[in-house]
Amino acid sequence: MMNDAGLFALVSLLLPALSFLVLAVVYPFRRLGRPAAWFSIACAAGSLAAAALAWDAHADGDVSRLLWAWLPTGGEVLATVGVLADAQSTVMLTLVALVAFLVQLYSIGYLSDESPPALGRYYVYQSLFAFSMMGLVLAPNFLQLFICWELVGLCSYLLIGFWYQRPSAARAAVKAFWITKAGDVGLLIGIVLLWRHTGTFDFFEMRGLAESGAIPLAGLSLITFFIYLGAVGKSAQFPLHIWLPDAMEGPTPVSALIHAATMVTAGVYMLVRTEWLFALTPDVLLIVAFVGAFTALLAAVLACVQDDIKRVLAYSTVSQLGYMMTAIGAGYAAAGFLHLLTHGVFKALLFLGAGALIHAVHSNDLKDMGGLARRMPQTAIVFVIGTLSLAGIPFFAGFLSKEGILGATLAGGLMAPFAVLMLVAFLTAFYMFRVVFLALFASRAMHASPLQPADASPIHHDAVEATHGSPVHDPPATMVLPLWILAIGSVGIGLYFTFVHPEEEFVNPGWLMPAAVVTAVAGIALAWMAYQKRSIDAAGLANAFAPIRTAALRRFWLDDLFEGIYNLVFLGFSKLVGWIDRYLVDGVLNALSAWTLTAGDDVRTIQSGKAQDYVYGVAVGLLVLLLWARWVLA
Amino acid sequence: MGLNAYLTLAAVVFCIGLFGVMSRRNTIGILLGIELMLNAVNINLVAFSRFVGNVDGMIFTVFTICITVSEAALGLAIVILLFRVRRTVTADHLDLLKG
Repeated sequence: MMNDAGLFALVSLLLPALSFLVLAVVYPFRRLGRPAAWFSIACAAGSLAAAALAWDAHADGDVSRLLWAWLPTGGEVLATVGVLADAQSTVMLTLVALVAFLVQLYSIGYLSDESPPALGRYYVYQSLFAFSMMGLVLAPNFLQLFICWELVGLCSYLLIGFWYQRPSAARAAVKAFWITKAGDVGLLIGIVLLWRHTGTFDFFEMRGLAESGAIPLAGLSLITFFIYLGAVGKSAQFPLHIWLPDAMEGPTPVSALIHAATMVTAGVYMLVRTEWLFALTPDVLLIVAFVGAFTALLAAVLACVQDDIKRVLAYSTVSQLGYMMTAIGAGYAAAGFLHLLTHGVFKALLFLGAGALIHAVHSNDLKDMGGLARRMPQTAIVFVIGTLSLAGIPFFAGFLSKEGILGATLAGGLMAPFAVLMLVAFLTAFYMFRVVFLALFASRAMHASPLQPADASPIHHDAVEATHGSPVHDPPATMVLPLWILAIGSVGIGLYFTFVHPEEEFVNPGWLMPAAVVTAVAGIALAWMAYQKRSIDAAGLANAFAPIRTAALRRFWLDDLFEGIYNLVFLGFSKLVGWIDRYLVDGVLNALSAWTLTAGDDVRTIQSGKAQDYVYGVAVGLLVLLLWARWVLA
Repeated sequence: MGLNAYLTLAAVVFCIGLFGVMSRRNTIGILLGIELMLNAVNINLVAFSRFVGNVDGMIFTVFTICITVSEAALGLAIVILLFRVRRTVTADHLDLLKG
C-alpha cells in the first residue's frame, strides 16, 4: 500500500532530518549562525509544503503505510519503522510542520542577539525536534512512537536549557526531563506488556485485532493505564504537570513550538491514535476524564495568580490539555483531537505574541508591561485574536472545538467534569483577558496593584542583553509574519467551522452554545471590570479568594511535595545505597587488602637473606619429602 | 663388600658436607662442605657403575670432577671479590637479600 500521501509524508519527515544531519556534521557551517538558520528554515518550509501535499493527497478513510523491516528475528520481523499516513496523522503533520516552520522563522528575529555558534546550535536542536516530532506523528507502531517520544523529550531538555549559563534554566531542563521520564517509564512498561498481550507493536494490526475482539480484555486495563502514564508525563497532567511552567525558562519560540503546540500534545495525540484500544477499557477512560478535568481546573486557578506572562500561558496550556484529555476520557477522541489542532494554532500565536512583547520590553513580568497596544499595534491585534480564540468566542478557532469538548463530556455522561470544565472556561476567559488588559491596554501607572509577585522565583529577563531605553515598537518582519499567518489561521479556522460544521458523533443540546458563550463573556467582563475599568477592586477580588490564592501562589504545594518526596525517598534511598557501597562493599575489599598487607608483613620475616637459612629450609624440605615418599606413598 | 656399604659411606659423607654447609660461618668452609657433598654423589655414581656394570656412571664422574674444579675456582673468586667489597667472608653478614 503506497500512494502519494505516504511519499509526501516521508519527504516531509526526512527534510528536517537532512537539515539536522547537515548542521550537526558540518561544523563550520553551523558556526556561521545565520546561514545555518536559513538552511534549516528552508528545509522546514519544504517540509511544510510536503506535509500540506500529504494532507491534500490522502483520501478520506485511506491509509497509506510505508514500512521497512527493523529488528528482524529469525525470519520474522519484530518491529518496523516507517510512515503511517492517514487522516489524523497527515493533519497533525501539517500542524507540526506549520508551527515548526513559523517558529524557526520567528526565532531568527527573536534570537538576533545570540552569537552565531549559539544560533547554529539552536537550529540543530530545532531541526532534530521537527524530525522527531514528525516521526512520532507518523509512527506506524508503538516502538517508533516511543523512540521519537524520547527524542522529542531530549530536544525539549536541550531547548529549555538553551541558555544553560543560567542556573534556573539548567534546573528547569533537568526537572522537565526527570518528570517526563517518570511517565515514560510507565509508557515503556505499557508498550512491552501490550506486545506480550497482542504479539505486535503495529497500530494497524493491533487495531484489526481490537476491532475483531481478538485482544483478551483481562489485564488490559493495567496496560492502557501504563500507556496513559506516559501521556500524563508528556502532556503535563496532574500530578506530573509541574515541569511545564518551569519549562518556560527556554526561549519563547521554543515554548510556542514544544511546550504549547506540538510536544506536549503528543500524549493527547497518542491517546487519540489508540482510542480503539482505550475504548476497550472504559475504567481507564474514566480516570483519564477525571484527571483531565481536575488538571484543567487546577491549572486554570494557578494561571489566575501568575504575574509572568509566559507562566500564565504555560498554565493555560496545561489547562487546555486537561480539556482535551477530558474529551478523550468521555469517549469522543475526535473532539479532543480537534481542540488539539485549533489549540496548536492559537496557543502558538499567543506564545509568539507574548515573545514579541517580551522582546520589546525585555521582561516577562506583566508589571513591566502595560499600554503596549498603542506602541505595538500589530502585536496587540494578533494577541487579542489568540486570546479570543482561547476564550472560546464565536468566529474564532477555539470556539467550536471547545464547545465540542463540552458537548462530548456531556454526551459521555460525565456531569461533574462537565461542570468543572464550564468553570474552567470562565476562568480561562478571565485570566487571559487579565493578561490582555494588564499588558496591552491598562496604563503602567495602574499597575500599582497590591498583587504580590506570583512566584517565589525571580522573574528573569528573557532577552540576554537588556537594552533599556530603546523605544518599544513592533518586532521585525520575520517575527510579525508568523504572527499574522497564525492569526489569520485562527480566524480562518473559526470562520470555516462557523459555516462548515464537522460531522459530530453526538448532538449538543441547544442550550450548550449560548451557555458556553455567556460563560466566556462573563469571564472577560470580570477581567475588564477588575483590571481595565477598575470598578471592582482587584485587591478585594484577591482577598475574597484569599485561601485559594495563597494556595495557588504556593502552587498548591505540589512542587514542595515532589521535592519532599525527592528528598525523603530518593535521597534517602540513595544514602542507604551509598552507605552499603561505602561500608559493606568497599569494607570487604579494604579488609581483604589490609589482611593481605599484614600477612605479607608477617611472612616476609622468614626471608632472612642468609644463604644458610635457605639451605636449612631446602634440607628440611628434602627430608620431609623423603619421609613422605617412604611412609605415605609406599 | 656389597653396594650398601658404598651407599652408606656416600650418605655419611653427604650429611657431613651438608652439616658443614649449614653450620660453618666462614664462606670458604661452606665451599668445602659443597665439595664433600659433590664427592658423595661421585661415590654413588662410581658404586652404581661398578655394580650395574655400566661405564656411564664413570664418565659422569669425570665430568662432575671437572665441574667441581671450576665451581671451586669460581666460588673462591667470588669469595675474594666479596672480601674486597665487604671486608668480610662471614656468611651471617652477607644478608643483602633480607626481606
